[in-house]
Amino acid sequence: MHWPMSPAGEDASDQVRETVDAVYRADSRRVLATLIRLLGDFELAEEALHDAFRAALEQWPRDGVPANPRAWLVSAGRFSAIDTIRRRARFDATLASFAKMREAEQNSAADGSVDMGVDNVDAGNDDDRLRLIFTCCHPALTPDAQIALTLRDVCGLTTEEVARAFLTTAPTVAQRIVRAKAKIRDARIPYEIPSRAELSARLDAVLHVVYLVFNEGYAASSGASLTRQTLSSEAIRLGRLLVELLPEPEAVGLLALMLLHESRRAARASADGEVILLDDQDRSHWDRQLISEGLTLVERALSEPRRAEGRALSSRHAGPYAIQAAIAAVHAEAPAAVATDWTQIVGLYDVLLRADPSPVVELNRAAAIAARDGAAAGLALVDAILDRGDLADYEFAHSARAELCRQLGHTAEARVSYARALALARQEPERRFLERRLRDAASGREGQEGREGEK
Amino acid sequence: MKYLCLIYSDESAWNTMSKAEGETMMREYGAFTEGIKKSGQWIAGHRLQPAATATTVRIRNGKLSTTDGPFAETKEKLGGFYMIEAKDLNDAIQVASRIPSARVGSVEVRPVFETPAA
Repeated sequence: MHWPMSPAGEDASDQVRETVDAVYRADSRRVLATLIRLLGDFELAEEALHDAFRAALEQWPRDGVPANPRAWLVSAGRFSAIDTIRRRARFDATLASFAKMREAEQNSAADGSVDMGVDNVDAGNDDDRLRLIFTCCHPALTPDAQIALTLRDVCGLTTEEVARAFLTTAPTVAQRIVRAKAKIRDARIPYEIPSRAELSARLDAVLHVVYLVFNEGYAASSGASLTRQTLSSEAIRLGRLLVELLPEPEAVGLLALMLLHESRRAARASADGEVILLDDQDRSHWDRQLISEGLTLVERALSEPRRAEGRALSSRHAGPYAIQAAIAAVHAEAPAAVATDWTQIVGLYDVLLRADPSPVVELNRAAAIAARDGAAAGLALVDAILDRGDLADYEFAHSARAELCRQLGHTAEARVSYARALALARQEPERRFLERRLRDAASGREGQEGREGEK
Repeated sequence: MKYLCLIYSDESAWNTMSKAEGETMMREYGAFTEGIKKSGQWIAGHRLQPAATATTVRIRNGKLSTTDGPFAETKEKLGGFYMIEAKDLNDAIQVASRIPSARVGSVEVRPVFETPAA
């Protein structure tokens, strides 16, 4: 398609602008990922990306939208970067700059796409996107930096958006990103997909970042936290991308887990933002479409061997995300809280404890035991965990204990535990929930609802 | 690219090691060093005398001051180092993770500042 460049062609020009916008939204991350590989430098690649889109806005209305916009943008970005390096080299005639330029030129020549607009099968390829994800989530970077880099460079959020979502300031986020990029450059963190031997551990790091982003967005579900909902959506988008690029069972399991949690979003809080526990949720508000997609993915995660381990594994050796997703699936399949298959859930927690032992998993298992065998059995387990001191400062250990005491009619003990949980709670809706429970316990009222609290 | 691997460990752990354990450790170090020499990654490496033998030197206002002991008082002491040649950080991490003390102490991997050739 060709767009006239005459001033009379305002409409056409607008249309091209829309096309450029659409290409930016759909493909700018892919183009960036490829430019980073070709240029070997994050900063240079980001500048080149902007230059390429600026060039598109100038040239596409005149010359028409190229057949392969992505390849065109990669070429334009690369040429602009080579110009930048040449300019810098004139002022700063170090061999390093020349070497970088030579490298960039050789890379241009190597994939045979020096001509602008030539179909470039390598432009924005999937491996580059994986390289970008693995580099942003490199364990040598701080977790904060991993999250900030991933959201900015992989998801395309602005620094301001990342800052808002994490309730911090843009300069703080910007500084994290600058430091991380300096480390990538100076310590030479390679732009590569990890080798088979490292893949499992490195994929865990990536999945961890995705899950942190999801939880950050999921933890606060009240009306005032719209920006945080964005985080959950971005995490799910990342999860989908990973499943598309590297369909390892744990990536599939994490996506399933996120979808199944997300399916309950509308039911997790009342209209005025009050927390509603899993057992008390109106299940007709659960998103059936997300549940059905989640259930399919759980089955897939449990049936495929984990290739990253380098050996075939049966579902009995499923990873922690797949097992947690399976637990969420059992909840999702129960038409009502009382119909929950607690025996199966306890069994899955046993498997999870073997795959990924942690006191928090033990606590969740105790809550499931309480639901299956009665509050007394659960309380004994919770007390044993608390006595070890592992979860002494964990809000949900105390709120779980309080719930069980309440169910058993141990009102005074329930009060103490609710107060302890309240002292540790950070989220406003969570605090209001605990305050309500504390008042009820103080007035000696007995609630019937609420068994397994969501973590 | 050159990386300096700084090996930190609890010195008392060496002292409480049995003779056999100490010999095993030395054998492992020997094998590790041999390995990175063969692969061309070894540039230099030494075990250091205990931190108690350290002297910290400063010049302030033109005056030399020397104090007994290491610069930083930490539980884990610098006990040795390797200077290695590695392709990138992942490569360096692979090498560092095979240093026997990584299992009991820790290894800090630092890229060497490369002055651009003039």
